[in-house]
Amino acid sequence: MIDFDYAVPTSLSEAVSLMGSNGGSARMLAGGTDLLIMMRAGRRLAKLVVDAKSVPELNELSLTDSGLNLGAATSCKRIWDDEPVVQAYPALNDSASIIGSVQIQGRASVGGNLCNAAPSADCTPTLIVHSGVCTIAGPNGTRQVPVEEFCTGPGTNVLQPGELLVNIKLPSAPTNSGAHYLRFTPRNEMDIAVAGSAAFVQLDESKQNFASARISLAAVAPTPLFAKAAGDLLVGKPVNEESIQQAAEAAKAVAKPITDMRGTVDQRIHLVGVLTARALRKAVERAREA
Amino acid sequence: MAKVIVNAVVNGEPVEFFCEPRQSLLEVIRDVLLLTGTKEGCNDGNCGACNVILDGVLVDSCCVLGVEAQGKTVETIEGLAGTDGDLHPLQRTFLDLTGLQCGICTPGFIVSAKALLESNPNPSEHEIRLGLSGNLCRCTGYDKIVLAVQEAGKMLTEAKR
Repeated sequence: MIDFDYAVPTSLSEAVSLMGSNGGSARMLAGGTDLLIMMRAGRRLAKLVVDAKSVPELNELSLTDSGLNLGAATSCKRIWDDEPVVQAYPALNDSASIIGSVQIQGRASVGGNLCNAAPSADCTPTLIVHSGVCTIAGPNGTRQVPVEEFCTGPGTNVLQPGELLVNIKLPSAPTNSGAHYLRFTPRNEMDIAVAGSAAFVQLDESKQNFASARISLAAVAPTPLFAKAAGDLLVGKPVNEESIQQAAEAAKAVAKPITDMRGTVDQRIHLVGVLTARALRKAVERAREA
Repeated sequence: MAKVIVNAVVNGEPVEFFCEPRQSLLEVIRDVLLLTGTKEGCNDGNCGACNVILDGVLVDSCCVLGVEAQGKTVETIEGLAGTDGDLHPLQRTFLDLTGLQCGICTPGFIVSAKALLESNPNPSEHEIRLGLSGNLCRCTGYDKIVLAVQEAGKMLTEAKR
């Protein structure tokens, strides 16, 4: 690996100052499972690596009355180890427990998964359907960006030089709501999504009709995709297979996948339909159990 | 860049070492601490040959910087056997049940299996295959590794009674 300096800030202001004073040549290190591999391969360069793991705000994982504060450096393992978080946000657990292996999940962070901006990122669709909002800190103060607007292309995001992702806030899940994320991979483990789908649904009091729904897709566009129209068309519809298939078809309509070593355009569009229907059914099941 | 001083506890012993920020924990363990039981396989987080336990968490040491070990505990394969040379039950069952052939993946498998058994002392075959999915072996076909882990789990559970 090419030489770099290493700093361990212990406060957010110190981290912001380190990132800001080094312009675009500083990189935040959380789990390192993407960053260090890419730096070794020469695909990312840094003069300064700033370790995120001693900054309290970046490592917060707390459930409050208003929802979940998910510090950007929080590892996947901390999520699946935290029973109240798993209970409150089972779809987040769905995502965090399928990224890489146990040894990857011990280090890899949800915020890193988002910042890495892979179209196939497993956490991002879940954060999108939960209406997550990113807090970004930089030399000019802090700003908020909805998760669905964070990624701008494969490997790129809205962070400007000197900025860093502080946390992702998920609002508390409303009553009669449920969510699920799933993906298709040829191997059971240690694989990257050919396609993935996350669904969030809120049912009415009778639990027979959709009150609201959000759907997001992985690996079928240059960024994780928010399929807004597919979720919106469910509002007011009865919970049945016909509604679910309509939403699945609407999700297929917005998918813009490419053909690559993992799958073809046709296969991926077909998968979007199958996975979205399954994600919706499971989300409904969870909403009815809640 | 200047080397930095790192203080850590490795296999129960406090150690102080110099390393460059760019050196991975794997490089530090092998080249600075001279604990060569930990192996380099893929060097990109796929194969698990470099597995160590960092502050109680199983990690691929190729995906960790050596400087990140500051103030932390590191457990490598060398820390498993007793000080009198008594093998850990996993080392014993891997030998007895031939859970290895060429041996390069073995330290990683054993460290990974140790972490698995600590969180789940009596795993099913499926749980073992899932838990060890971050460790690759191109010799054994895995069956004997699964049997060795199951057997060691039984031995460890028995020993606790």
